Amino acid sequence: MTKIVVVTSGKGGVGKTTTSAALATGLALRGFKTTVIDFDVGLRNLDLIMGCERRVVYDLVNVINGDANIKQALIKDKKVDNLFILPASQTRDKDALTQEGVEGVFNALRNDMQMDYIICDSPAGIEKGALMAAYFADEAVVVTNPEVSSVRDSDRMIGILASKTRHAEQGEGDIPARLLLTRYSPERVEKGEMLSVEDVQEILAIELLGVVPESQAVLNASNAGSPVILDIDSDAGQAYSDAVARFLGDNIPHRFTTVNKKGLLGRLFGG
Amino acid sequence: MSIFSYLLPKKQSTASVAKERLQIIVARERSTRGGPDYLPQLQEELLQVVRKYVPVDQDAVNIQLDRESGCEILELNITLPEG
Repeated sequence: MTKIVVVTSGKGGVGKTTTSAALATGLALRGFKTTVIDFDVGLRNLDLIMGCERRVVYDLVNVINGDANIKQALIKDKKVDNLFILPASQTRDKDALTQEGVEGVFNALRNDMQMDYIICDSPAGIEKGALMAAYFADEAVVVTNPEVSSVRDSDRMIGILASKTRHAEQGEGDIPARLLLTRYSPERVEKGEMLSVEDVQEILAIELLGVVPESQAVLNASNAGSPVILDIDSDAGQAYSDAVARFLGDNIPHRFTTVNKKGLLGRLFGG
Repeated sequence: MSIFSYLLPKKQSTASVAKERLQIIVARERSTRGGPDYLPQLQEELLQVVRKYVPVDQDAVNIQLDRESGCEILELNITLPEG
């Protein structure tokens, strides 16, 4: 049974691609055959974050148009087994994504490639690309920054998920949508300068999948083209690992949500 | 109108200002989502009624939607001109 997951947010620049890359890599590391698809037609970027930009031959629109089959277009990750990337096209033709075409790609990934998970990296906004990324989803991860415009846009997107997916249209109810709060700074929350996890959860009223702290590791990872979840010593990498575990049903406590008050000795001897 | 908030200025953290603003705007946008899109129209029509008697402008109207123990309170403030 293939599960389709959309990573979405409404607002741009909050960490959708970073999250898609981390989630897909984390699932593959746990042995699930996973494809991550870049739905940002026109502005391809997932390939850079995954470090496979020089291996792109065919893309999502090529598969939709029948220029290539799914096997030819999928890029197999070099670092992680079971992980595949389907890049976005750089065409400026916004009508390239059709509902039938996207459904065909999902069917091929399900039936021919036997994927366990398909992660859809949604573009920003609420235009066609974002709607197509969400339409066939069984589950959603809503990426939000603790900042007013991001929270508002996420709420908009949660509303769209509740009405504009295939499951919703077929009267099967809302798809499960969970919150991933990124770029979180417990220090600024403590000073009253940033919305807290609790504040954002109270406003959006959806289950919390994880909190990823503001971290230098994220930029380092994108510089190197290696998903941050592979940086196992980093706070962000560990936060994403936790989120993947929770995504799969593990019940583990949230970390990186409070200020670390340990002194030097605590850091040397503490766990 | 709460005149006391002007007389007793309290120093509020920017995060709590953000939360309050978000709660209001999100509640307003949710109320207009999907269902009947009546809130802006309600505001406009109420304004027209008031204008029959008193000259007020668009900025003088302030709509707030608050939640309190299970029920929603729609608060409409129209600031009338002096004199």
